[in-house]
Amino acid sequence: MKLVIFASVVLSAALFAGAAAIGAPAPAGDAVKGKASYLKYGCYTCHGYEGQGAAATGKKLAPNPLAYPAFTGFVRSTSRDMPPFTEQILPEQDLMDIHAYLRSIPAAPNPATIPLLQGAGG
Amino acid sequence: MTKKTSHSNKVDRRKFLAGVAVAGAAAVTSEAKAILPSGKEAPRVPSVVRPSTQFAQAQISTPTVTDHGAHAGHPGLMHGKPGSDYMLDCIKALDIDYVITNPASSCRGLHDSIITYGDNKKPELLTVMHEETGTAMAHGYFKVTGKPAISLCHGTVGLQHAAMAIYNAWCDRAPVIMMIGNSLDANQRRPGVPTTHSVQDPASMVRDIIKWDDQPTSLVHFGESMMRAYRIAMTPPYEPVLLVLDEDLQEHGVESFPRIPKMAMPAPPTGNPNAVREAARLLVNADNPVIVADRACRTQAGVNSLVQLCELLNATLVDQGGRMNFPNQHPLYARGTAPVTQADVVLGLELTDFFGTVNEFIDNPGAEQSSRLKQGAKLISITAVDLYMKSNFQDIQRYQPVDISIAADTEATLPSLIEAVKVEMTPARRAVADKRGQAAKAAYAQSKERMRADAAGQAWNASPVSSSRLVAELWSLIKTEDWALVGRSLGNWPQRMWDFKQHHQFIGGSGGAGVGYNLPAAVGAALGHKQMGRLPINIQPDGDCMYAPGALWTLAHHQIPLLTIMNNNRAYHQEVMHLQRMAAWRNRRMDRWHIATKIDNPNVSYAKLADSMGVAGIGPIDNPADLGAALKRGIDIVKRGEPVLIDVVMQPR
Repeated sequence: MKLVIFASVVLSAALFAGAAAIGAPAPAGDAVKGKASYLKYGCYTCHGYEGQGAAATGKKLAPNPLAYPAFTGFVRSTSRDMPPFTEQILPEQDLMDIHAYLRSIPAAPNPATIPLLQGAGG
Repeated sequence: MTKKTSHSNKVDRRKFLAGVAVAGAAAVTSEAKAILPSGKEAPRVPSVVRPSTQFAQAQISTPTVTDHGAHAGHPGLMHGKPGSDYMLDCIKALDIDYVITNPASSCRGLHDSIITYGDNKKPELLTVMHEETGTAMAHGYFKVTGKPAISLCHGTVGLQHAAMAIYNAWCDRAPVIMMIGNSLDANQRRPGVPTTHSVQDPASMVRDIIKWDDQPTSLVHFGESMMRAYRIAMTPPYEPVLLVLDEDLQEHGVESFPRIPKMAMPAPPTGNPNAVREAARLLVNADNPVIVADRACRTQAGVNSLVQLCELLNATLVDQGGRMNFPNQHPLYARGTAPVTQADVVLGLELTDFFGTVNEFIDNPGAEQSSRLKQGAKLISITAVDLYMKSNFQDIQRYQPVDISIAADTEATLPSLIEAVKVEMTPARRAVADKRGQAAKAAYAQSKERMRADAAGQAWNASPVSSSRLVAELWSLIKTEDWALVGRSLGNWPQRMWDFKQHHQFIGGSGGAGVGYNLPAAVGAALGHKQMGRLPINIQPDGDCMYAPGALWTLAHHQIPLLTIMNNNRAYHQEVMHLQRMAAWRNRRMDRWHIATKIDNPNVSYAKLADSMGVAGIGPIDNPADLGAALKRGIDIVKRGEPVLIDVVMQPR
């Protein structure tokens, strides 16, 4: 059991941290429809409206989301605190649209250009 | 003791007998015919008449007999000194600052004593619109001042309202003093509602979540129990206590008061010297000791001791945030579970959940669990909760085996542990510890850069407003003030961005996770900060606010300055996650989770809500570009000594 969990953690970390660099082709998808689906399925409640993530609830999804194979692989098969979303409850086209929405989110500003952050941290 | 003046439902013995005679005569004349003045013959009077209902009742009922000798003079005035005046003298002897109440007739004797005999000064009576509010205020007030306040309410309906807040205080080891009114003597009770509000054993409703209770039946008894209640509540582990104030005891007059018992506070329990020495030996000889603190520090002295211990060992301090335990910008400060996975010795200080600290639990259909610990890691626990726990409520969490268990108060034990560590430390172990310190400093510098990148990358310019943006905007405006955070911590962003140094700057959470705590506890905490002229800041969950928003009125009524920022994310998001899990595990449609979890349609206008109760309302603000000006305006209002609420529409998390 412990080994399985460890493997799952490693796989999850790898998927979220590095799979975007794999460079798999982006699937067809409609970002506008994807935003609606992102709200409809409640993704935003843990990951934020912009897919920004939150420490206690959901990993950062955007900008630069995982490549689609890794993304869909995790969504369909996770057994962590996030439950699996099968194709029966989240159709493939909706998931592709959600991915398109996440790809459409612009890059974050450079923290060095934000004066408020220079004074943060004591 | 002299008796109080006669109640309208009492029957004087002489008048009672006369009344029976009159009633009997009336019964006779109503049923027998009289000799009429006209000279006509009256009907014959029967030798036996059927008694009237009134007569029959007078014969079978038990009259109250009053003692005439006790209240000579005006029958509408009581004589002697009211018992509740003595109760107030005892409360004053304990230097209690506030009694917080939603007015209750069963407490009318003490209520009057506070506002007339005591001139409503020290303790001052504060008004709340819900007993849960009053109790949570006392909870928050204690965590800032270190002094208990009294929550005064009805023994039945009031106590049931207060019960949730008592549970939070219980779980959070906070010494709220509950005082509840009750009428023990059925013969003395006012009929109707006051009798409905009377109860044989009121404390039984909350006995599982208080440390001690009593129902004194004399003033001598009250004086002793008041002192005992205070001592028990204020001896670690701190917990709520409850005293029942009998109405007759409050209201009857006495010729003279008993003496107020002397009281000396018990010294807090400290760790066994041998166990402390053994713990020090393990810590000094560890390659990677980690100290985890939850409700470890009761005062600034505790914070200073913990810093000293960590610096001696160069041990990482994992702060679980039950209290302000450690300066968050110290290189040894950490949050989360990662350091525990690398530890060879873990010292847990007043941990609520040692099991959850060293084990992982995944909320999936298999309820998977696994240890976070390295093979062979040793565990040490210091907690006063080992000295006192109960069985019904499960805030004790899972049982966690440890290698050394010290049943004692952490803050009182830290000085001896520090001395023991100094004794055990050798030059070789000092060198190992110094190396750990260098690594911690390097990691700390990296964590600051990571914080800035995370903040910028988490919807910095988005609408609704992100947590990191709100916290950064706030920090730029408060960092030169004497500030304190009295509300929930918003994803730990304040701990990442702000500079907490003083114990009073953070008070932790509710304890029992009973929603409805945050707003009233923040009001109570702000009351404590008012005395010191500080700027209290409350980041307020919207759902929590709506449990008892009347706390806003208390802020305005009692002129308590507080900056409340509504974290208005318009849903119970924690519950959404659970519904998503249920639907997904069952492979069911995933578009119904919003039912009974969202707070919209209509959106609540929190600024108007605040305005309606005399608290300045600003917002809603949903554009981060507007946030800085709104916050500055709010802070200016608080610095004038007034409360303000700024409604900010926020990201879900």
